[in-house]
Amino acid sequence: MLHIRGLTKRYRTGDLALDKIDLDVAQGEVVALIGPSGAGKSTLIRCINRLVEPTAGTIALNGVELTTLGKAALRRARRKLGMIFQEYALVERLSVMENVLSGRLGYVGFWRSYMRKFPQADIDEAFRLLARVGLDHMVDKRADALSGGQRQRVGICRALIQNPDLLLVDEPTASLDPKTSRQIMRLITELCRERNLSAIVNIHDVQLAQMFASRIVGLRQGSIVYDGAPDGLTPDVLTRIYGEEDWAATAKRAPEAGEDDDHESPAMTAPAPLDRDRMAGLT
Amino acid sequence: MTVPVRQGVKVWQRRERAAQFAIWAAWLVGVAVLVVSWSFISEKTIWPFVLDAPQQAADLGVRMVPPDWSFIGQLWRPMWDTLNMATLGTVMGIVIAVPVAYCAARNTTPSAAVLRPLALFVIVSSRSINSLIWALMLVTIIGPGVLAGMVAIGLRSIGFCAKLLYEAIEEIDEKQVEAVRSTGASAAQVTAYGIVPQVLPAFAGISVFRWDINIRESTVLGLVGAGGIGLPLNSAITTLAWTKVSLILLVIIASVVFSEWISAKVRQAII
Repeated sequence: MLHIRGLTKRYRTGDLALDKIDLDVAQGEVVALIGPSGAGKSTLIRCINRLVEPTAGTIALNGVELTTLGKAALRRARRKLGMIFQEYALVERLSVMENVLSGRLGYVGFWRSYMRKFPQADIDEAFRLLARVGLDHMVDKRADALSGGQRQRVGICRALIQNPDLLLVDEPTASLDPKTSRQIMRLITELCRERNLSAIVNIHDVQLAQMFASRIVGLRQGSIVYDGAPDGLTPDVLTRIYGEEDWAATAKRAPEAGEDDDHESPAMTAPAPLDRDRMAGLT
Repeated sequence: MTVPVRQGVKVWQRRERAAQFAIWAAWLVGVAVLVVSWSFISEKTIWPFVLDAPQQAADLGVRMVPPDWSFIGQLWRPMWDTLNMATLGTVMGIVIAVPVAYCAARNTTPSAAVLRPLALFVIVSSRSINSLIWALMLVTIIGPGVLAGMVAIGLRSIGFCAKLLYEAIEEIDEKQVEAVRSTGASAAQVTAYGIVPQVLPAFAGISVFRWDINIRESTVLGLVGAGGIGLPLNSAITTLAWTKVSLILLVIIASVVFSEWISAKVRQAII
């Protein structure tokens, strides 16, 4: 479905963010992209919908080559790429409904969108999605009045109302507490399953990735150093991705993680996937 | 900043010695300039006149009271002109300032090489000329009257509004814009959904603030013939009709208080 070949991004500062990435994502597959800060996870996702212009390589989505599209064609292609952001990126001063409907902007003309006269079908779909994520009682709340978890659910609705083929998810849990993080990740994976939707999820938290993704891709300094099943993340592999550390606790917990228990998982805001157990073990 | 070690103790100071010295030197120069200019001004001042100032002020004050209330019937019309001048001038300024600000803001300008410098030039030239001077020129160009005052107010407002607005545009959260763009929205839609909601409060605040300033500025434009309450003020001063002057000043103060009250209310409402 998505085929990336030789994707390279060099920023104008000279930093090589992505170095000849090859990646294929199948229909309905949820891929977690892990790796240290600065490994190029965000750049990779943003190259796919060309919020960042790739330097070289090809990206084909359902047979459409994205890297060479002109302005209008790129806008049409972006409609099929739903994006969910770190820290939600909702338009803070607009209402929940307006934020969700903004996912339809690619399908609606300027004046209709400006006058907020969206087709009834879009409004029905917005209500349906908001009900699905449990926010249908908040349609007229302003986005900045919502809690973090609620905002991210609005962000998910905004991406899904685009009727996308692929979800690009950038650190969806980076500013959420452990419980909300799990709920959000569960919601994303459930929705992907319901709609047979593929997703690429950037995530810092290794255990969360193992828990919810069907496949894990490890990125380090712009190259893929691991691509495989969640339980293949041995201390060895984690060292290859993140560098030398005591990974015993993180790797060990992988198999039992699927049980979906709700006891505390590691702090989501930590830049590296440090586990509290492991930190406690060190001291 | 290096941390020197003296007798085995790490010494931390806010600034290095050279920096500290430079700051002292700057203060010294500043004080010296102040003292020199003080003595210069005092040399050029005729001190008997200054010493006499309290009596003069008291004398003028006595001649100003009581205000000539019978004159107020003739003030409504010029006061109305003043308000119109300020309001229409503000509207004109804002209408022109919006596209100028859009071109001047680094993150929205369609062309950083040509349009942005042009927009910045418009802003600077509008800001550097006081509305009184604009009015002086416009009175000679389009003749005396309210129209000249309105255009003067408008021209002066362009720079002020555009500068504050383009700074507000540059400070928006780009992530919200990026999110709207990623849905496949067109450039106009990105502006309407990603940028406008973010700058709208700033825009409303700037407009009302400028209107408030313009009420005050338009009261003096009559002094150069541009209509409004300044005209009767000017003639009252030249005919030494101090009781009328005091009444006009009271009316001006009332209008300024009124405009400040309105702008405070509006700003409360939009935050």
